[in-house]
Amino acid sequence: MNNRDINILIVDDEFSVRDSLCKWFRSDGFTVDTAENATAALERFKEKGWDIVLLDIKMPGMDGIEFNRQLQSIDKNIVVIIITGYASVDTAVQAIKDGAFEYISKPIDPDNLTHVIRNAIEKRRLSKENIQLRQKIEDLTSPDDIVGTSPQLRQVLKMVASVAKTDSTVMIRGESGTGKELIARAIHSNSLRRYAPIISINCGAFTETLLESELFGHEKGSFTGADRLRVGKIERANKGTIFFDEIGNISMKMQMDLLRVLETKHFTRLGSDKSIEVDFRVISATNRDLEKAVHDGHFREDLYFRLNVVTIDIPPLRERKQDIPLLVRYFFNKYSQSMTKPIKDISPEAMEVITNYEWPGNVRELRNVIERAIVVCEGDKITPDDLSFPFRGRAKQIISDDSLEAIEHSHIERILNRTGWQISQTADILKIDRTTLYNKIKKYNLNK
Amino acid sequence: MIATKKIHIVPIQFHDGFLLDSLCLYLTQTFGMSAHVENKAINIKAAYDPLRNQHNSSHLLAQLIDEPPEDAGRILGVCSFDLFIPILTFVFGEAQLEGIGAVVSTYRLRNEFYGGQSDRQLLMERLLKEATHELGHTFNLYHCYNPGCVMTNSTYVEDIDEKSARFCKECAAIVQ
Repeated sequence: MNNRDINILIVDDEFSVRDSLCKWFRSDGFTVDTAENATAALERFKEKGWDIVLLDIKMPGMDGIEFNRQLQSIDKNIVVIIITGYASVDTAVQAIKDGAFEYISKPIDPDNLTHVIRNAIEKRRLSKENIQLRQKIEDLTSPDDIVGTSPQLRQVLKMVASVAKTDSTVMIRGESGTGKELIARAIHSNSLRRYAPIISINCGAFTETLLESELFGHEKGSFTGADRLRVGKIERANKGTIFFDEIGNISMKMQMDLLRVLETKHFTRLGSDKSIEVDFRVISATNRDLEKAVHDGHFREDLYFRLNVVTIDIPPLRERKQDIPLLVRYFFNKYSQSMTKPIKDISPEAMEVITNYEWPGNVRELRNVIERAIVVCEGDKITPDDLSFPFRGRAKQIISDDSLEAIEHSHIERILNRTGWQISQTADILKIDRTTLYNKIKKYNLNK
Repeated sequence: MIATKKIHIVPIQFHDGFLLDSLCLYLTQTFGMSAHVENKAINIKAAYDPLRNQHNSSHLLAQLIDEPPEDAGRILGVCSFDLFIPILTFVFGEAQLEGIGAVVSTYRLRNEFYGGQSDRQLLMERLLKEATHELGHTFNLYHCYNPGCVMTNSTYVEDIDEKSARFCKECAAIVQ
């Protein structure tokens, strides 16, 4: 911390004290200002933040003891040094009890003042460092890929902010690739549980038996192959959050087991009869129509209501197109830096193609397209030729033209790419003869 | 470097010609400005605080810089009585940051003050260091953290003895 960066405010009704202290601190290079009473000092606080306040106890109006209390409520990390000509143990104790850092009586020994100020700076520096470190931890743990300014996304983030303060069970709904897990992590990292882990489990990725073991863990020897004790995800999520992705994909038996855990907050490891108490928040996500699954008898209604206390719907990317350029910039910066490629920009033509695409794979697809474009780009700008869309093939046919001709052009190219330019197979799929297909290829100037 | 302006050394009830000569020589070399002893009437009584039995350095400084002569690039008052500023128990000296005036006292630079034997050479060295330090402030130098630099803060006479009489490279560059 440079002395110039340290702001010292001197509050004393005696001009000579203010003046001499001000000169003393200025010669050390500190940024100093003075105030003759508490009211004037409060005005100074409107102008900027102060690191250290030297405060006289005996002042007309609000005295130093009272003003110190007020200062502590404004900034609990502020370092207040009480100065008085009326030194007494009682006032010293009261000032320290109210959060003052030090108490010195005037006239002050210069060496004592130097020591007190040095310690005060160290205390302030540590407080600031702690705040920065805490912020850094939160930055590291909070998801940074939620990008956009569209009203739809703002509505989602508003919901995240309000639900994060509570301990309510949340269900996140949205198409694949919309960022459901990111939203779950955003809720967790803004909640009181953020210093405990968020444990994710993709319910669709396991068979029933494996999912059971993943969730509840098992004792050593509980089944063939269980050669050691395994702590399950529910146990690991204790004090934190558990995120069930693709919750609509779990079996009826797992639904029942899960419901029991959610209701009792107790579970047992496989192969054990010991009940373990857990405390966690549940966030689940699905892209399935759970109401229909309940109606059809594939999903338990009681579990549905237990999971679906607060619902957050994430709009697909095509419904918040104004966020696309921001997302493109974000992913462009992220990947061009990490790959250290000298690509400076994205061409307006490429941006147009990206903006006009429908993005069935949502943000995940956009991220992958940008990452791939940076990998394949050989110039200093990303062009439409660098873009490749898994659902639509090359980019150059993705145009903002909804004419029948444009759609035919795009559709033929997509099928040709799918069949690896097998003309007979493509003609069969398109239900046209080979000659017509050749004519269309020529007409649209399609190349393999 | 200011060629035409001078450093005016104003003795305030200070009659030690050897120390004044030493100051003239050393400050001329250090600041590249000709240093001369110049007399000026200073109302010492006005700066005296009978309750503290000390003189207010800010009062003396104000008188020193009042209506400065045209050729006065800097004005340094030198006295032998104890100085204070209201909030502190004592000061070795005081200066205007980025101004023209400074004042120093030999009162607490003498070994006798601490119960020791008189040491003229040590007193001279301490005075040269304190005068250079205070004049350094008038060149907008803050307290320096480079060990040995004359601009390091000294609250004890031992601190003065520890540092050199010279500016560190960074401080010297600012003075030049």
